[in-house]
Amino acid sequence: MRISTISYTFRQGVSNIWRNKMFSLASIATMSACIFLFGLFFAIVTNFQAMVKEAESGVAVTVFFEEGATQAQIEEIGRQIKGRVEVSEYKYVSAEEAWSAFKDVYFEGSDEAAAGFGEDNPLANSASYAIYLNDVSMQQVLVDYLKGLDGVREVRHSAAVANTLSDFNSLIGYISVGIILILFLVAIFLISNTVTTGIAVRRDEIGIMKLIGATDAFVRAPFIVEGVLIGLIGAILPLVFLYVLYNRITQYIEMKFSFLSRLLTFVPAQGVFRTLIPVALVLGVGIGFIGSRITIRKHLNV
Amino acid sequence: MIKLEHVSKAYSAGIPALNDVNLEIREGEFVFVVGDSGSGKSTLIKLLLKELEPTEGAITIGGRKLHTIRHKQVPRFRRNIGVVFQDFRLLKDRNVYDNVAFAQRVIGASVRDSRKKVPQMLSMVGLAPKYKSFPRELSGGEQQRVAIARALVNRPKILLADEPTGNLDATNAWEIMKLLEEINERGTTVIVVTHNLEIVKVMGKRVITIKKGVIISDVDGEYDED
Repeated sequence: MRISTISYTFRQGVSNIWRNKMFSLASIATMSACIFLFGLFFAIVTNFQAMVKEAESGVAVTVFFEEGATQAQIEEIGRQIKGRVEVSEYKYVSAEEAWSAFKDVYFEGSDEAAAGFGEDNPLANSASYAIYLNDVSMQQVLVDYLKGLDGVREVRHSAAVANTLSDFNSLIGYISVGIILILFLVAIFLISNTVTTGIAVRRDEIGIMKLIGATDAFVRAPFIVEGVLIGLIGAILPLVFLYVLYNRITQYIEMKFSFLSRLLTFVPAQGVFRTLIPVALVLGVGIGFIGSRITIRKHLNV
Repeated sequence: MIKLEHVSKAYSAGIPALNDVNLEIREGEFVFVVGDSGSGKSTLIKLLLKELEPTEGAITIGGRKLHTIRHKQVPRFRRNIGVVFQDFRLLKDRNVYDNVAFAQRVIGASVRDSRKKVPQMLSMVGLAPKYKSFPRELSGGEQQRVAIARALVNRPKILLADEPTGNLDATNAWEIMKLLEEINERGTTVIVVTHNLEIVKVMGKRVITIKKGVIISDVDGEYDED
């Protein structure tokens, strides 16, 4: 295809948008609203997932050894744990470390009570591996595996915490996908309406083009350009707005609610927008393309 | 050049728009097709442009049977045929030059090629000085000249004119006919569908008369209405 033809097609696409100003504006506005809401959900979900991940990292599985387990057996169990994909981190906790931690938590400020135990370690059989997971939803699989290992006496875990976090994560995911799908269907419908109007306005011109010998692609291309441009503009505008908004809101919350700083740690804007920008642009362009393509197939019998 | 063999076209169950038409038009001919409204003239034009498919029979243009042309090949086929209509069908938002250049752009001609051919065509139809004018600024005759320039800029072998003088006064109608005759003299096969029997008689060309979808006469040179 010649450069002049590409340039002509592009100019015709822009001119279509200009000719149907009101419809184009409505489509861009709806597209912007969709991408804005998508971006908003994306930012919320990204932050929520980061917070859940943070919470997940605190959920540990503890493996205790059988009485009389040899050092070699314990090291072998450690090697088996290390080889599992579910494991993000694991740590050996000796009986002495367990007793020391216990004293720190339960006898804080009552050193005398702790001193009553003298040199005895009431947690002599409590050496263990503390295992942290990549994904809490895989906890049960790991627990079942660990229980089957030689030299393992007990595996302690909190199924309730793991399941709640995992379920909540899925729920947020499903709701987001549902809402976003509905919004995008609305966007496709509106873009389709805009392109339909464009086709109606240019019906005479299309008729002439067909009689002169224009190919299907030549007739269709400006309408595809129109849809794609609407999608692109409808994606860029909310992205700029969201970027500014995200920075302002996270700064505001961090300043106003500094006492919640341990609970609320926001993902930096770059972290969110590094993924959001390409995804939103592809969505905008993709929806614009699909919306115009569907309409052309339906209304433009070339 | 153009051959119709036992061609019929029926739109629905009823009287066919064309019924068992046999016709041959040679390269370089100038042919008038006359007939009342609803006689089947427009159907004939649409069949030649492959806008419609015949219900029966075969049409051959330039040695190619139209039913063998696939949908994707239709645009390329149509580039061999220029078309002019009664209502001119110009793009109102573009000036004379752009209207003619549009036909070049549609077939993917280079800008350099267009800059050479469009002024040539405008000179041929006598509108070179008005290349910047918009259709609303032109008379009916001038608009039809632009339409003819647009139809010819891609150098088609055949020119179909569907009632080209229908919207014009007598003077302009004659000028357009003279122009079509000149185009024919340069080698283009010209087929003119018209109601204007006065012009048909004076021009002394081949005249095909259609009535109720059937060719009732095909005379060369001396047309008599009766």
